[in-house]
Amino acid sequence: MPDISFESATPSYVPAAGFGDPVFGAQAAFRAVMWALSRPGRPEPLPVDLVPPAPLSAEAAAVVLALCDHETPLWLDPALAAAPEVAAFLRFHTGAPLVAEPGAARFAIVSNPLDMLDFSVFAAGSPDYPDASATLVLQLDGFTPQAPAARALRLEGPGVEGALAFAAGPLPADIAARLAGNRALFPRGVDLILTAPGAVAGLPRSVVAREA
Amino acid sequence: MSAAPDPAAPDPATPESDAAPAGPLLPELAYNFAYLDEQTKRMIRRAILKAIAIPGYQVPFAAREMPMPYGWGTGGVQVTAAVLGPDDVLKVIDQGADDTTNAVAIRGFFEKTAGVATTTRTSEASVIQTRHRIPEQPLTERQILVYQVPIPEPLRFLEPRETETRQLHALAEYGLVHVKLYEDIARHGHIATTYAYPVEVAGRYVMDPSPIPKFDNPKMDDCPALQLFGAGREKRIYAIPPHTRVRSLDFDDHPFRVQRFAEPCAMCGARGVYLDEVILDDRGGRMFVCSDTDHCETRQAEGHHGGMWGGAPGAAA
Ligand SMILES: [Zn+2]
Repeated sequence: MPDISFESATPSYVPAAGFGDPVFGAQAAFRAVMWALSRPGRPEPLPVDLVPPAPLSAEAAAVVLALCDHETPLWLDPALAAAPEVAAFLRFHTGAPLVAEPGAARFAIVSNPLDMLDFSVFAAGSPDYPDASATLVLQLDGFTPQAPAARALRLEGPGVEGALAFAAGPLPADIAARLAGNRALFPRGVDLILTAPGAVAGLPRSVVAREA
Repeated sequence: MSAAPDPAAPDPATPESDAAPAGPLLPELAYNFAYLDEQTKRMIRRAILKAIAIPGYQVPFAAREMPMPYGWGTGGVQVTAAVLGPDDVLKVIDQGADDTTNAVAIRGFFEKTAGVATTTRTSEASVIQTRHRIPEQPLTERQILVYQVPIPEPLRFLEPRETETRQLHALAEYGLVHVKLYEDIARHGHIATTYAYPVEVAGRYVMDPSPIPKFDNPKMDDCPALQLFGAGREKRIYAIPPHTRVRSLDFDDHPFRVQRFAEPCAMCGARGVYLDEVILDDRGGRMFVCSDTDHCETRQAEGHHGGMWGGAPGAAA
């Protein structure tokens, strides 16, 4: 199936505003994501000043507006794809083509991580070009063991000094096994940007995660 | 405001010859913040994130023409431009010095196009762009070190074909690099490579650390700062995340060793730092001083003095 088109369904929709300041808003969001992926499992503050249409979260929107454009096919999970205002908002602010096929996406937004598709349906890059891979932006409730359906992980690898305890939710019960499967593909694999209210954390493909 | 300056004009390449002050204060909209347009920044930022996720792997990116020649570190400049924010404090060094033409020009470029604060103090900088050195003062958690890279491919001199080097990296087939180092040993009795000494990052990719002296290689290992590498002409970005294992390649019978200097710095008396030879006269007089000028000046200000301090040979205590 080719790109989803919502244009005819929303002829008079005026998208909500994006970053208050597009240049500095994008820079600040990028820097938060950069540190988050540089130091897996250590949440970074992510202040946001935009109000995207539900169920897209402000933090996921900030990450995607900062990083996506016409060069990055974007996939939305079913809950997001069911909201035409979300697609209109993202098309208006990023120009990214929305794709129905997850394997064609460079970025994917997952609003409902408990029903997340297996990582293997997304692009993992090739042995020669492992960077030609998807980045998954997940919308979570929090980075504590108290978050709903929180999973506790023990992280090691580049960016982690020694080992680190990390908890976040909601995540699938088998998240540790999924991350291990992703790590086994290294240097191929997908990279995870986890968002929660006011914060962002990273789980790049390089991370070694075990159930804690 | 009259006609806005053409952002492609090559003016910032020679700011010192420009009588106008290099202040932040160009007319609004004359340049985008930090010169690059937003789409280019997004593309570079995506490349940086993939570089961080795959430590030591060279991510291709669509490098832009910058208003300065390639030899001036356009790759590093583009990486710096993509990460820089209004609250950053930028330091630029060239072979350890803040005051060379190249360092002054790049610092002026970002003062002018981004209006950011600049410093020569390693400890005050949030972003340090460097050509061919790592500062002596240990870097800290929130710092970003951006290297200017002329030739990013550690296998280039061994295998000129890009398709082949990609394959070798894909297979982690690094025998050629070891053969090259071993030839050094056969010819010289030791590994003679002293600059751009290859490293293995996080147990996987072999990486060219850019032409830093191998003296600096150990500083890359388990460094708390984020290290980003930009090659403009060859259009590659790569990275070492904080606290990542960086191992200089070697052999059991010929372990990696850094250079040692017999004398301390003639100006500040520092030992265990990288020294440059300075010719004093045409009768063979010479001295060795810190290559890192900020480190040397800070030490002198703290009261540490070497044998040539104050210009009097042999006057030191
Ligand atoms: Zn000194």
